[in-house]
Amino acid sequence: MTDISTIIKLTAAEIAARIASGELTAVEVTEAHLARIDAIDEKVHAFLHIDREGALAQARAVDAKREAGEKLGPLAGVPLALKDIFTTQDMPTTVGSKILEGWVPPYDATLTKKLKAADVVILGKTNMDEFAMGSSTENSAYGPTGNPWDLTRIPGGSGGGSSAALASFEAPLAIGTDTGGSIRQPAAVTGTVGVKPTYGGVSRYGMVAFSSSLDQGGPCARTVLDAALLHEVIAGHDPLDSTSIDAPVPPVVEAARNGSVQGMRVGVVKQFSGEGYQAGVVQRFEESVELLKSLGATVVELDCPSFDLALSAYYLIAPSECSSNLARFDAMRYGLRVGDDGTRSAEDVTALTREAGFGDEVKRRIILGTYALSSGYYDAYYGSAQKVRTLITQDFEKAFEQVDVIVSPTTPTTAFPIGERADDPMAMYLADLCTIPTNLAGNSAMSLPCGLAPEDGLPVGLQIIAPAMKDDRLYKVGAAVEAAFVERWGHPLLEEAPSL
Amino acid sequence: MTVIDLESYEDALATYDPVMGLEVHVELGTRTKMFCGCSTELKQDANSQTCPVCLGLPGALPVVNEIGVESAIKIGLALNCEIAEWCRFARKNYFYPDMPKNFQTSQYDEPIAFDGYLDVQLEDGEIFRVQIERAHMEEDTGKSTHVGGATGRIHGASHSLLDYNRAGIPLIEIVTKPIEGAGARAPEVAKAYVAELRELIKALGVSEARMEMGQMRCDVNLSLRPNGTETFGTRSETKNVNSLRSVERAARFEIQRHAAVLNSGGTIVQETRHFHEEDGSTTAGRIKDNAEDYRYFPEPDLVPVAPSRDWVEELRKGLPELPRLRRKRLKEEWGVNEHDMQSILNAGAVDLIVATTDAGAPSDQARKWWMGELARNANETGRSLDELPVTPAQVARVAELVAAGDLNDKLARQVLEGVLAGEGDPDTVVEKRGLKVVSDEGALGTAVDEAIAANAAIADKIRGGKVAAAGALVGAVMKATRGQADAARVRELILEKLGVEG
Repeated sequence: MTDISTIIKLTAAEIAARIASGELTAVEVTEAHLARIDAIDEKVHAFLHIDREGALAQARAVDAKREAGEKLGPLAGVPLALKDIFTTQDMPTTVGSKILEGWVPPYDATLTKKLKAADVVILGKTNMDEFAMGSSTENSAYGPTGNPWDLTRIPGGSGGGSSAALASFEAPLAIGTDTGGSIRQPAAVTGTVGVKPTYGGVSRYGMVAFSSSLDQGGPCARTVLDAALLHEVIAGHDPLDSTSIDAPVPPVVEAARNGSVQGMRVGVVKQFSGEGYQAGVVQRFEESVELLKSLGATVVELDCPSFDLALSAYYLIAPSECSSNLARFDAMRYGLRVGDDGTRSAEDVTALTREAGFGDEVKRRIILGTYALSSGYYDAYYGSAQKVRTLITQDFEKAFEQVDVIVSPTTPTTAFPIGERADDPMAMYLADLCTIPTNLAGNSAMSLPCGLAPEDGLPVGLQIIAPAMKDDRLYKVGAAVEAAFVERWGHPLLEEAPSL
Repeated sequence: MTVIDLESYEDALATYDPVMGLEVHVELGTRTKMFCGCSTELKQDANSQTCPVCLGLPGALPVVNEIGVESAIKIGLALNCEIAEWCRFARKNYFYPDMPKNFQTSQYDEPIAFDGYLDVQLEDGEIFRVQIERAHMEEDTGKSTHVGGATGRIHGASHSLLDYNRAGIPLIEIVTKPIEGAGARAPEVAKAYVAELRELIKALGVSEARMEMGQMRCDVNLSLRPNGTETFGTRSETKNVNSLRSVERAARFEIQRHAAVLNSGGTIVQETRHFHEEDGSTTAGRIKDNAEDYRYFPEPDLVPVAPSRDWVEELRKGLPELPRLRRKRLKEEWGVNEHDMQSILNAGAVDLIVATTDAGAPSDQARKWWMGELARNANETGRSLDELPVTPAQVARVAELVAAGDLNDKLARQVLEGVLAGEGDPDTVVEKRGLKVVSDEGALGTAVDEAIAANAAIADKIRGGKVAAAGALVGAVMKATRGQADAARVRELILEKLGVEG
């Protein structure tokens, strides 16, 4: 018997190998993680729902397969924390909102199906900012999640539940979604790895929409290789998602196993610096650039002037799309229904339900988006934002003529205290300053840990950005950087996190 | 019911020039819905033809039905439109409980087909060209049934039932440019346009276009301007006018109503109007001021539609003979005049006659039965010709029996009556009812002898040279044989027996 504290520290790759070799059973692994959740999730609040029975049943099936001599997939029996934005037939899907409290969808998302088909053990659904709108998970209707590095601080958002589950060793793998940074920013502030694949790389079918043209599901893990293994399982063309790319998945696992930056050209964008960046973040980022040079990369300075407009464009496009996407929550077919006492009209019931079921940030964005799409304002707001989007895409194209990847800090600051920015939306929005351009252009990006900020001892994330459908470059560079840092630190960064 | 003042039609036209815009929605006959794999079959149990996509469940995404796009292109080509090289779907945002996503996936400023025309033929043969603004793809909504109120309207209802089977069924909306210059013939042009469009849709095989089933629905937009002026007046939008006759009546009613309002110094309110089949009137619906804002934006869940030019040309080559040209050809082949051809068209008999001739009947016989006996029956029973329980092959068989001398016209009518009554195919009816021409000369001779004996005075007149009087004796014989004799042969026998030359 391997003890619980050892099991939960294993990487996904290690767990899969030990299950395949018979050294561990999937049930042991699942039970260890469930025990960890039982022990600490009251403090962390990473999960909204735990599917103990389902997880154990899946684990038993994996063990049975192994005993029967069947070949196991690369992540068979590995536990995973699923962001509560993907539909699951056997678990509620709330998107962190009261409006879907208790809703059990009649269908599995394509991503959910792929995880099940790969024998990944889904432990439960993780907390998130309501409808993925936020950078702190404070906007969840079900209460905030704590950052395992300091439970009084935010774990990032919207996918704070997933990043916290990883950083607290409740799960070795997690799924996130990234509309403006909701995978990468939580990864950065929790010292974990998160990847936003190329738009269209992972099916959105069954992923509750926030902003359709920006939303992208992706892998979250504690190591670059684990993220790659998960990436390969969830990616690929889906005929049910028209925007999914019908092309082979980039060779991410191969890249993660062969990390190198030798001879690569790495871009540093002028616009990802300046006011608002915490000193410790800048310091760790600059060290990362030096590290890349020392590993054989050439660093090129880039000017992407339109990036300065990215945040503004994002806060017109995303709310516009959300105002339409969230219109379906009208109390008619599913979810919350308020005020249906037999005397009220359908319109009144819809209005009362939306009033009670949506939180402030969701309402703020619906109102903003409704306004931006209105006749007479469309050209000035939504139309202009789309033009900016084109300019940003062009800036990236020009940049990638000169470099293979771009690097930046993932987020300008380390984890801030819960409550600090709750009443200041603009301050909150700034957390996504460096991540948003990638969503607008549709290319791929990763965040991985690059050290602790000296002033507060909290994790800092390094962002790597690659062109669309070149996701493998993220892993090639990421694996090299990760290996070099672990060598320098003598251990993975998370070893320095307080034990909970 | 409020009484609506109407100007007389003639007086209205003496002062005003009507301008119309017609919006026709056609439900495509695709096997599956526009954005999901659900069946489009009608009249199924409520909500049995639904899935996460057409119910708009969180997370569900649309996928375009390629046959839907192909049908839209065919319609566009047949309407002489340009076909977009690249176009997108757009979301039309508004709340209504029977619309699952609370936006309709439609097209806005990038329709698949645009700038075309349709030539329609008026009753006197004049050709009127209706300019087409656009044809675009969209999805239908679900259906609300309001229970407990009057006349199925939501007002006063205790509750409403929602059926989403129709939600997501592909629609093509065809919008005309303003139809100007039709003058007093505007209602007739409206009817002829919708009729021609329906024929066209059917000929393309993209929909059955049955208006009574809601597969084709028409909105009549109408405004008046003083004769000799250019600026359009304020329009009304009469929604869901669902028969050819109603289209004409709605246009006529609105001309008269607008004129009355304008003549009394009032102003027309831009609003939707409900059409009432019972009396051909319209009543006010929603006010459509400019506050209505659908917040259209390109549908981010669908990739643009970019039909290749090769595909478009292939579809163009595959277009069937267009209805107006086909009618012209048939008119010549059948040797009928414009008026008769129009009657055949109005009766919806063209395809039935063609099918009957295809089944072997001469065209004059096919026309005679469909436009005579069968049209009368259809009219009496309030059905359209193609709803009658008789097939072109059966009509052709009746014609064949007549040509062979086995039936005369009177018997043939009885045979058709039997077929319509569900007694079986023509041969079965002949058999069961014993409807054969009496060709037994002996039996016929006896009947003639009896008729002569019973009508001695008439027989004398005939012997005296009044051959025309023979008709009365023929009638008596036919009565005696219950119509089963060949009248011409009876006449011959009578004259023969009375020693008179015919």
